[in-house]
Amino acid sequence: MSVADNAAITNALSSVPRPPRPSAFSAAMAFGWRGMLKIKHVPEQLLDVTITPVMFLLMFTYLFGGAIAGSTGAYLDYVLPGLLVMSVVFTTVYSGVSLNTDLTKGAVDRFRTLPIWRPAPLVGALLGDAVRYVIAGTVITTLGLILGFRPDGGPLGVIAALGLTVVFSFGVSWLFTTLGLFLRSPQATMNAGFMLIFPLTFLSNAFVEPETLPRVLEAFVNVNPISIMTDAARGLMAGDAAGSDIAISLGVAAGLTAVFMPLTSRLYRTRS
Amino acid sequence: MPDPAIIAEGLQKSYGKVEALRGVDLRAEAGSVLGLLGPNGAGKTTAVRILTTLLEADAGSARVAGLDVKADAKQLRGRIGLAGQYAAVDENLTGFENLDMVGRLYHLGKPTARERARDLLERFDLSDAADRPAKTYSGGMRRRLDLAAALVAHPPVVFLDEPTTGLDPRSRIGLWETIEARVAEGTTVLLTTQYLDEADRLADRIAVIDHGTVIAEGTSDELKSQIGGERLEVKLRDTADEEKAIRALGGICDDVHAEFPLVTVPGHIPVADAVRALDDAGVAIDDIAVRRPTLDDVFLTLTGRPAEEVEDSDA
Repeated sequence: MSVADNAAITNALSSVPRPPRPSAFSAAMAFGWRGMLKIKHVPEQLLDVTITPVMFLLMFTYLFGGAIAGSTGAYLDYVLPGLLVMSVVFTTVYSGVSLNTDLTKGAVDRFRTLPIWRPAPLVGALLGDAVRYVIAGTVITTLGLILGFRPDGGPLGVIAALGLTVVFSFGVSWLFTTLGLFLRSPQATMNAGFMLIFPLTFLSNAFVEPETLPRVLEAFVNVNPISIMTDAARGLMAGDAAGSDIAISLGVAAGLTAVFMPLTSRLYRTRS
Repeated sequence: MPDPAIIAEGLQKSYGKVEALRGVDLRAEAGSVLGLLGPNGAGKTTAVRILTTLLEADAGSARVAGLDVKADAKQLRGRIGLAGQYAAVDENLTGFENLDMVGRLYHLGKPTARERARDLLERFDLSDAADRPAKTYSGGMRRRLDLAAALVAHPPVVFLDEPTTGLDPRSRIGLWETIEARVAEGTTVLLTTQYLDEADRLADRIAVIDHGTVIAEGTSDELKSQIGGERLEVKLRDTADEEKAIRALGGICDDVHAEFPLVTVPGHIPVADAVRALDDAGVAIDDIAVRRPTLDDVFLTLTGRPAEEVEDSDA
């Protein structure tokens, strides 16, 4: 009797063959694809972030360029790498915002009940985000080129600068994904994110030479990782990058990843 | 006896000092619907989160589809579907993309995932809206899409956490019919709800949960008969007739309660007999009816308060 009953329940429980367990890679790719669809459906979200650096590029170059650097052309050479870093780093805040949206809308619950490699949603989302970073960086660089930016490092230098910025931002984004899992709403994540990132980008060497600043501020600006990253991007674009700037930028990215990636994964698994 | 599709024994869970679950036992046979009925904050959602591997219990054990929720969590995730309180759909994606995405995550393969998505959209009456972003959907459509997403991989056990909370009556009935159709195909469903009519209609068995414990369990009829079966209610026209009515009905049954304008006689009393007795005694009545207890009465009796007008925050 129990055999028949067991057959009956097996039958009832698996009337359709169960799909095999998906590979870690394909699950992460599915989440990356989800990120792409979001760019497609909500392109304005990307615009939100790039519009500020674009405005800054126009405003700073033509309004302050002459006063700061003697000519708008000279200032453009100085400010463009800084704005590249700024625009891509701004975009990282959205990594935290979209993760928080998933959390507050319940999507995280669904993903966590799926038979997938557990970090897949995070890895996939960041793959998608990397594409956004490239788009944001490309927009600002292209605008610079249109305005007459002609770096000595040539196309390779520009691509290397963009690449390094994306890697650096990948590290920074873990900070905001952690923040996104701590805070209560996407709006709060956005506010907190920009509260952190605005001073960091402004109190850097992105817009002005640190030597012109009061000494205390100058000291801060010189150790600000955004400044070092900006120096590296400037160097790569100009064709005379200092190896130490590149190494420190990569080191900061690695350090942030080492600390905040495990924290993000842990919060993602346990936060309810 | 075959293994039940859901079995939980002594589940406990605390959040700090708050005891969300204080030893909960649950059981649902394969192919049946178990209703978890209780007010907000009773512990329903916590129980669902434990059974769907989202949360680990502090104590107790549970098996779903024959798999331990803790030890076999990975395997179990391939055999359950969850539709939550918040309709976990991605608003920026279209309905089709939402389901296609879930299908890919189950590794159905691109063509199968797409086919399954189309099929589910069709069955859930969402074909017309398939290519619109989910943020343009109504509340009912979102819930249907969410439920469809939970069913993509044909899970044998489905958890529905307050599937109709906040829906208009028409959407609720639509969703009920959808759920009934899945059950008819052999899916086991655990449904949490604070709506008694929902439990009454959908659930084969109901566990009434309050303050983290199951305070009653049984079929809807069993629960109702627990608090006494049907009764006859007579609505009097005149206060002065109360004594006369009690005396007249006392000839049929000696357990008559009166509180103007209602005179209540428990048990199965033929209405015609009661009307004749009252008529003979010259008592004028406005109304006379046989009343069966509702789940509302059950809830009120068991918890001392009505089900739906309760405090907020479900843990």
